[in-house]
Amino acid sequence: MATLETSTKVVLGGARGGPDAPTLRTDRWWIQPVATVSILTAFVIYSTWAAFQNKNYYVGANVHRDLISPFYSPCLTDHCVPGSSAGFILHGWPLSPALLILIFPLGFRLSCYYYRRSYYRAFWWSPPSCAVADAHPTYSGETRFPLIMQNVHRWFFYFGVLFNIMLTYDAVRAFQQPGLGWGVTVGTVVLVVNATLLWMYSLTCHACRHLFGGGSRRLSAHKLRARFWQFVSPLNAKHMNFAWASLIFVALTDVYVRLVASGVLTDYKLF
Amino acid sequence: MAEVTMRVWRGDASGGDFETYTLPKNEGEVVLDVVHRIQATEAPDLACRWNCKAGKCGSCSAEINGKPSLMCMTRVDELPEGPITVTPMKTFPIIRDLVTDVSFNFAMAEKIPALLPPPMPAEGYRMFQEDVQRGQEFRKCIECFLCQDVCHVIRDHEDNKEHYAGPRFLMRIAELEMHPLDTNDRREYAREEMGLGFCNITKCCTEVCPEGIHITDNALIALKERVVDAHYDPVAWLGRKILRRTKRTAAEAAVQPAP
Ligand code: SF4
Ligand code: SF4
Ligand code: FES
Ligand code: FES
Repeated sequence: MATLETSTKVVLGGARGGPDAPTLRTDRWWIQPVATVSILTAFVIYSTWAAFQNKNYYVGANVHRDLISPFYSPCLTDHCVPGSSAGFILHGWPLSPALLILIFPLGFRLSCYYYRRSYYRAFWWSPPSCAVADAHPTYSGETRFPLIMQNVHRWFFYFGVLFNIMLTYDAVRAFQQPGLGWGVTVGTVVLVVNATLLWMYSLTCHACRHLFGGGSRRLSAHKLRARFWQFVSPLNAKHMNFAWASLIFVALTDVYVRLVASGVLTDYKLF
Repeated sequence: MAEVTMRVWRGDASGGDFETYTLPKNEGEVVLDVVHRIQATEAPDLACRWNCKAGKCGSCSAEINGKPSLMCMTRVDELPEGPITVTPMKTFPIIRDLVTDVSFNFAMAEKIPALLPPPMPAEGYRMFQEDVQRGQEFRKCIECFLCQDVCHVIRDHEDNKEHYAGPRFLMRIAELEMHPLDTNDRREYAREEMGLGFCNITKCCTEVCPEGIHITDNALIALKERVVDAHYDPVAWLGRKILRRTKRTAAEAAVQPAP
């Protein structure tokens, strides 16, 4: 039997009390994992479908609008629908332009501390819920490949910021109504809310909190970092809310643009 | 008259089973009150630890209806109808009935290198509130070890105990790592010796902490991010190479001259 080498003598592997049961919890602890699995699965199915559509992602000048789906922005290939191109063109990419860029938001969310918590619980059952036994006989956590790669999260955070800038640009462009001037439509509001939620998701990220303030041992010597840290910490506690809100809303934004682009809906002009 | 039924784990290292006790229900009682009444009436040999009955000594940790909780802070009338199950903490070896041997935690506490301040300047040490306040949250800890008990890394995998300090002590390392007067670089130690990488931030420690400490968000993730600085961030690595700085030095610690 293993022992811990300290002056407190500890022999590991002693008999434990309580019955040999995976859990004694009587409340409905499984609701959370079921909800997580349902929402994330629905999102993955929808976004995969949407990414492979390669059409109806842009509403253009023919209907006096400039709305692009966040799944397809920036559109980088030489076969982007007219008006949707981001300027930089990658020649010879045969597939949907969405597939070129989705890896970044996907990596950002996959390595996010909050989503990690959620999918380790709901999909990997490690643990399914608190005081409910792990589904696996052995466990090495994030100490080895592949899960040690979660440490790249801050890199995806940087890419996430670039995407937010892109999507903010798209939201500003959505105020344009080619041929009519400037105005606000339902589509404008949708794109603005989408960009705002994505900014809030990034701003409340743990890597952001650390990089711009929390990493310091002496906040007193860095007034600006101290201010940022004090501002962002209470928001960081709401990271979960922004994670879900931005995830659901980004899909709804795609749905909206898709419906307008395919002619099912008319993008109503507010003013 | 209303009654309360409690199923209490009775036993020791050689085995045990549930014993059911039914008592008249009293208004406003907590689980520990009922356990005391069981001791006073039907089972004077029922072993349990307690001290303050105010949620401050951290002695009465157990599992109530399967949830790691303080017996003195769990009101009976807030539990669902039906028998209440009380078992000892699962992660630590049993001594008897509701009492477990928590020395694993003391061993881990002992392993953590103490605060290492720079030499005292003539005018004494000075620290600022904004530098110490993060650690103050962690000092609310009452050492109930419920977070250690619920942490699946050791709860479900006894073999990890050898190289995993658990949330309470990773939080202690985080506290020192954030301390303005500590000159030790604890990041490698947290990763290599204390098993920070085992924590998969599933937040159960935070869920059970009776002091409401945001263990995962404010200590564990903050510590993980610091380890990323030291190990997994190529830009930070390059910066250190260029500046030839591998460790924080005493000179960098926040020793402020007196005004
Ligand atoms: S967040 Fe980490 S330390 Fe806390 S219970 Fe989960 S695995 Fe254990
Ligand atoms: S951190 Fe909270 S749960 Fe853990 S020992 Fe301290 S008070 Fe108890
Ligand atoms: S985006 Fe969730 S922690 Fe960074
Ligand atoms: S008896 Fe002190 S915390 Fe419960």
